[in-house]
Amino acid sequence: MARYSNNNRDTNRLRPAFAGRLCAGLLAVLSGAANAAWELNLQEPVTAVAKRVYELHSLLLWVIVVIFVGVFAVVAYSLVFHRKSQGHKAATFHDNTTVEIAWTVVPTLILIAIAFPATSALVDMRDTSQPDLTVKVTGYQWKWGYEYLTGDAAGVKYMSVLATPRDQIENKAPKGEHYLLEVDRPLVVPVGKKVRILTTANDVIHNWSVPAFAVKTDAVPGFLRDTWFRAEKEGTYRGQCSELCGKDHGFMPVVVEVVSEEKYAAWVAEQKTQLAAVAEDPNKVWALDELLAHGEKVYTANCAACHQANGEGLPPVFPALDGSKIVMGPKQAHLEMVINGKPGTAMAAFAAQLSDTDIAAVVAYERNAWTNKLGEIIQPAEVKALRGK
Amino acid sequence: MQATSHAGYAGHHDHDSHGHPTGWKRWVTTTNHKDIGTMYLWFSFAMFLVGGAMSLILRAELFTPGLQYVSPEFYNQMLTLHALIMVFGAIMPAFVGFANWMIPMMIGASDMAFARMNNWSFWLLPPAAILLSASIFVPGGAAGTGWTLYPPLSIQMGMGMDMAIFAVHILGMSSIMGSINIVTTILNMRTPGMTLMKMPLFCWTWLVTGFLLIASMPILAGAVTMLLTDRHFGTSFFSAAGGGDPVLFQHIFWFFGHPEVYIIALPAFGVVSHVIPAFSRKPLFGYVSMVYAIAAIGLISFFVWAHHMYVTGIPLTGQLYFMYATMLIAIPTGVKVFNWVTTMWRGSLTFETPMLFALGFLVLFTIGGLTGLVLAMTAVDIQLQDTYYVVAHFHYVMVAGALFSAYAGLYFWLPKWTGHMYNEGLGKLHFWSSMIFFNIAFFPQHFLGLAGMPRRIPDYAQQFADFNVISGIGAFGFGFSQLLVLVVVFQAMKGGAKASSRPWDGAHGLEWTLPSPAPYHTFEDPPVFNQAEAHG
Repeated sequence: MARYSNNNRDTNRLRPAFAGRLCAGLLAVLSGAANAAWELNLQEPVTAVAKRVYELHSLLLWVIVVIFVGVFAVVAYSLVFHRKSQGHKAATFHDNTTVEIAWTVVPTLILIAIAFPATSALVDMRDTSQPDLTVKVTGYQWKWGYEYLTGDAAGVKYMSVLATPRDQIENKAPKGEHYLLEVDRPLVVPVGKKVRILTTANDVIHNWSVPAFAVKTDAVPGFLRDTWFRAEKEGTYRGQCSELCGKDHGFMPVVVEVVSEEKYAAWVAEQKTQLAAVAEDPNKVWALDELLAHGEKVYTANCAACHQANGEGLPPVFPALDGSKIVMGPKQAHLEMVINGKPGTAMAAFAAQLSDTDIAAVVAYERNAWTNKLGEIIQPAEVKALRGK
Repeated sequence: MQATSHAGYAGHHDHDSHGHPTGWKRWVTTTNHKDIGTMYLWFSFAMFLVGGAMSLILRAELFTPGLQYVSPEFYNQMLTLHALIMVFGAIMPAFVGFANWMIPMMIGASDMAFARMNNWSFWLLPPAAILLSASIFVPGGAAGTGWTLYPPLSIQMGMGMDMAIFAVHILGMSSIMGSINIVTTILNMRTPGMTLMKMPLFCWTWLVTGFLLIASMPILAGAVTMLLTDRHFGTSFFSAAGGGDPVLFQHIFWFFGHPEVYIIALPAFGVVSHVIPAFSRKPLFGYVSMVYAIAAIGLISFFVWAHHMYVTGIPLTGQLYFMYATMLIAIPTGVKVFNWVTTMWRGSLTFETPMLFALGFLVLFTIGGLTGLVLAMTAVDIQLQDTYYVVAHFHYVMVAGALFSAYAGLYFWLPKWTGHMYNEGLGKLHFWSSMIFFNIAFFPQHFLGLAGMPRRIPDYAQQFADFNVISGIGAFGFGFSQLLVLVVVFQAMKGGAKASSRPWDGAHGLEWTLPSPAPYHTFEDPPVFNQAEAHG
């Protein structure tokens, strides 16, 4: 993303790490890294809150640099002039009440001074009142679910999954520009509108984070948390899950596309027509071929991360489906496993994530893929009948 | 140290009226504080190498983008075990080792108050270490949750998680017994005339640390027990589906976890407060304010736990309270740094290896403390939480704060333990390579964190690649530098220049009135304490 590129290294971003930068520069030269991105500071902020955070951090950085330089100037003086090898004789003093009171009071005053901007930035950050638009964000292992609750897009609901191909991760293909920071369907929001984000999770704690907005909020299963942003600039902003959530924690990015009002309206219209078009007929009777073709897609998006594309899983935590007792057993138990999940394990309940058709298709796929040649077909109506049991 | 302790024992055999087993039985059955201290130190060094090797696996995987050597699951297990082993297996036992060796000698006591319990406190550690390390090999592997063990992720784990829970129970028992022993020894066994306010500062730091441990370890034990019953016995402490709350675990964990930070840091402060005056040839500046600062840090450490939880959705008022409370802790910490600086001021400084490590501690710990001040500000912390900035911050505090200070103590007291001077050239090489590689490894992580690289990920976007290369080079250099200390210690154990009873001309304290190496039994009669040896 633009925020990560190396052309926004403004001159006003001074920082103390000259040594680090020097060392980095040397290495870059040595390794001939052409597109090195030696980012040294927070990402360029695009919300008012993120700007305040940026400024607060800059202020703090100066405060700590001044303190550090002050303290270690004294140390350096001692190290140079109070050496035994210089013939310096040790003094014997070991107390001085005035000095001790001073270095208790002065830091206290500095801290009080810092507390004012720190408090007001925080108060701003937490004010989620009067949003223009509310989106519910649900963390899943390992993808994000977005559901527009209010505004024009109310009712639009989809999953957002890592789009980086497996080959790039396994170093079999060259890595793309947005390696690991790209998804199939980003969150789309209008520019300049206050967007309230409600977070929750389906399985374990995740964290929805976009550094350019200074937004980072845990998604806690069974609870709702909220945060907000008002993006001032159109563009694509990227973040990542920021709470360890298991195996693929590093592979569930957050991508937010901030678009103009017109583009947003067009996007909403498109979503609505798609919603209507794909509204499934749960009573449709499927042929095996088309069902399996759909099932494979559902499997790849929802199941393959753990059970693997070849069905062999990663035992014992993620069991194999190829030849599995449940898959090869009665189909009701298999369907119930997918619908209700298995508490206490990473096997999620997919009842809320997948439609009847999806569940029927994926279960049929699992019962017919690899060496599981059961030849069985499952119709969406059967899933509907089992739901809620 | 084994060999020389034997030598020490042999040299004083005729004073030893009650005799004791030799060979391996000596070490299994020993109740001698010096033997037990030696075992603690060796154990912690072994665990340090194991935990360090794990961190090198992490850095190797992170050397370039993409997955190269390990799977994401295994990566998570390594980062979890690295932290648990370093915190509970390496740093904490190292300072208990120092306490065992030095506190009786510093206060003029013949041994620890509960000598047999002392043996048990140590021998609980190996089973816990085996449980933790062996959990890699059980079905499902070790816990992959991070050392914080947050549910519901920890509920999903396999039996490796249960092994980690039992290991934490056992380590907790060991720590609690160890601290009761230390607190009792300090309060009851000081030589006549050594009032609390004349006691060496290392003893003060351990007195406060002991209370912190006694108060906080049972809380951790409770938290992991609740995890265990949630996992196996159908309770729902941390599951919303059963009326519980996953965030409750975080509150309990960090109510232990923050005092834990100071459990690690305070004894390190204690060691440095001995080393800096010795090599400045000047009394410690502001002894009384040091004591008050230690007590204040200990107390405040119980009231700041939720600054680890700013992004969990705690209310605004909660965030504000924890921000102010956290800022408060900077004041006593600042006082300590100013005191050390002023101790050096107008001293007569020399720079032997212990002093170098103490100075390294001072520089790096101050950097870690100052980035801690940045992280205390809730709004900034929310931007930096769970990024590499935090990883850099706590390694500056933990590695520089604890490890460098432990090395300062090791080089400082090694002549007393072995009776020989260590190889000063190798010691200095060890310091400089550690200092340089540490900064190469961890300073760039501040930038990674600011740019938004999350922690605990096995693979990362390409704009983070360059700093990760530098960090990897630093980590490997730092790791291999630590083998130097083994050479130094073995050399000093085998021979070398004889150490006098007070090999450092600026060192004060009762331990320096004893011969080097210290005899197997010391201060069987309380020594005379005079003002000259006060305030080491």
